[in-house]
Amino acid sequence: MAAIDAGRVAGSRDRWYNNPLIRSITIQIVLVVAVVAFVGWIYHNTTTNLHDRGIATGFGFLGQRSGFDISTFLPTTSDSTYGYMLLAGLLDTIVVSLLSIVIATILGLIVGISRLSSNWLIRTIATIYVEFFRNIPPLIVILFWYLAVIAALPNIRDAIQLGPEISLSNRGFFMPRPVLGPNFHIVLIAFVVSLVAAWLVRWWAYARRMRTGQGFPSGWTGLAIVVVITAGTFVATGDPLSFELPVKTRFNINGGWTISPEFATMFLSLGVYTASFIGEIVRSGIMAVSHGQTEAASAIGLRSGQVLRLVVLPQALRVIIPPLASEYLNITKNTSLALAVGFADLVAVGNNVLNPTGQSIEVVEIWMVFYLGLSIIISVLMNWFNARIALTER
Amino acid sequence: MQKLLIGLALAVTVSVGLSVAAQAGTLDDVKKKGFVQCGVNQGLPGFGNPDSSGNYTGFDVDYCRAVAAAIFNDPGKVKYTPLDATERFPALQSGEVDMLARNTTWTMSRDTTLGFTFAGVNYYDGAGIMVRKSENIAHIKDLDGATICVQGGTDTVNALSDYFKNNNLKYTPLVIDKLADTNAAYDAGRCDALTTDRSGLAGTRLQLKNPADHVILPEIMSQEPLGPVVRNNDVQWFNIVKWVSNALLDAEYLGVTQANVDDMTKSDQPAIQRLLGLGDNDFGKSIGLDAKWAYYVIKDVGNYGDIYDRNLGPKTPMGLDRGLNAQWDKGGLQYGIPIV
Repeated sequence: MAAIDAGRVAGSRDRWYNNPLIRSITIQIVLVVAVVAFVGWIYHNTTTNLHDRGIATGFGFLGQRSGFDISTFLPTTSDSTYGYMLLAGLLDTIVVSLLSIVIATILGLIVGISRLSSNWLIRTIATIYVEFFRNIPPLIVILFWYLAVIAALPNIRDAIQLGPEISLSNRGFFMPRPVLGPNFHIVLIAFVVSLVAAWLVRWWAYARRMRTGQGFPSGWTGLAIVVVITAGTFVATGDPLSFELPVKTRFNINGGWTISPEFATMFLSLGVYTASFIGEIVRSGIMAVSHGQTEAASAIGLRSGQVLRLVVLPQALRVIIPPLASEYLNITKNTSLALAVGFADLVAVGNNVLNPTGQSIEVVEIWMVFYLGLSIIISVLMNWFNARIALTER
Repeated sequence: MQKLLIGLALAVTVSVGLSVAAQAGTLDDVKKKGFVQCGVNQGLPGFGNPDSSGNYTGFDVDYCRAVAAAIFNDPGKVKYTPLDATERFPALQSGEVDMLARNTTWTMSRDTTLGFTFAGVNYYDGAGIMVRKSENIAHIKDLDGATICVQGGTDTVNALSDYFKNNNLKYTPLVIDKLADTNAAYDAGRCDALTTDRSGLAGTRLQLKNPADHVILPEIMSQEPLGPVVRNNDVQWFNIVKWVSNALLDAEYLGVTQANVDDMTKSDQPAIQRLLGLGDNDFGKSIGLDAKWAYYVIKDVGNYGDIYDRNLGPKTPMGLDRGLNAQWDKGGLQYGIPIV
């Protein structure tokens, strides 16, 4: 720089305001001040106007007694605080999101692979599935499951018996609840030990194959080790597990484990709905792997299942993961549709907090922060996974 | 989604609204735009319900019409905003509606922390419970352990919780956001009982598949005084809604009905002359309205009894006796503040 500028007379273009560094810093400072001032002005106006209109403000209501009952996974009563109720709603949202994500991923993978099947029937069924669910709004899918499928189940007196003490009715799915006995931790320890043993077998089998080229059914052997050791310990420790049976009362079934119709509706609806999108993502991922790869894999003697598992899917994942992250975010956000069926998710609970307190602005802020937090966590996890499976350049 | 939009609308109005005083002239705004924007129920027979051609009818709807009649001498100059239980308060706070006539219970917290004021009680009610006749349930205490459907965002949620707690009864709540969805869940057998205000149960029963299969239990779980609501930053507008409500009650007490109001203009009874703005009586001036404001209301919409009988009375499908809502001299609680 100095060499080029040497001998040049300082002119008007060299004034301080023409210096790109000073200029950009100045512009950024002005912008930051403007944004801060705008936010401050909005905040000041809001609080002043709310105060003048006699509308309560602040987050003090979170510590007050809620005074309403709602069915959530966390035990809540009318004596719980509003803040605790909102946390219970958040937990419900997280549980239903996670379960829907698992179901949608498994179902979507099956659908996506089926779409490319050489079998006409499987291919057509998968295509119909995708076109059907992809073109219906999620709310309609939810109402369909709730009002047409689950509400059509028989009432509790004529419940469908799926086995001893396992029943299905329009009040939900009831089953015995396992109660852990005093010696159950021994079984857990045995289970962990067996997992380690199975992993060692797998590690040994891998090393042997690398050395000699001979295969070994390490999957089946490992499974056998886990089952034999865990079950053996279970029997040996005497009766470490008992069951709390569901008991029929006049109106409901008490005790045991219950899956409520509202919860079932949510994860089934979001699962099958999102699976149609994930199916298409999986299909695009598989098609992005060049056909030469498949042919080459077949040429070295892999069976079609192995071609898919060992060659195609690992490469397809690189295309699949980024759009998959968006679908997971969609599932999380779509759980807010739960309020149509009375599942106590974050939004449904928030509505019941918003109404008696009247603090809609605060509750909307809490909603935004909670959903933003969940979305960021999912994005970070998916980005980490994406980086892990990315093509390693050598 | 509408809920979030209304919430954001509220946030925007209170955040960018420059000053409260500048927004106060609701009557001027209403006159300028030519109609009253009234928040009503999305669909509760007897109170606020769209008919097959989309026109709203009902007891609360007639209160909107009465206010429009007092201002414009035309009860049709109303636009309705159907609101669910959780949408109603932000909609009034944000100014999206000028008044709320949506079977809303007057409670202390709503009166003091939401920026509202209640313009009177147009219906004295209490929370009740409806069950299927086939269940052979005679009293609420028989419902121990039952699943009960209730609409979220209402104070019935609290009334139910309090009543069952006080009586040491257990129940499983199923809280659903929209009234129609709540009723559908009950009708589909998802819950054993449905709860809301008893007048609301009477209206809901008409919407069920077989109304005759359901019975409303005799217990009253709470006090639910329902009434029209306005924002508390505009005393003139509050006075209009409050005095239209009182004029409806005064007219019934004085025997002035929609049918005989023209004959009554010849009355020499001073109270009737004051009500109808006859001679040099001009009570309308004090609330910014025409001297004959109450005459318009009664001529166009009727008195309290006319409105009640048309929407809720024994001759309608609702079939509700006046009960607590009879005039005070007939054994009820309704008592119009005199126009003097």
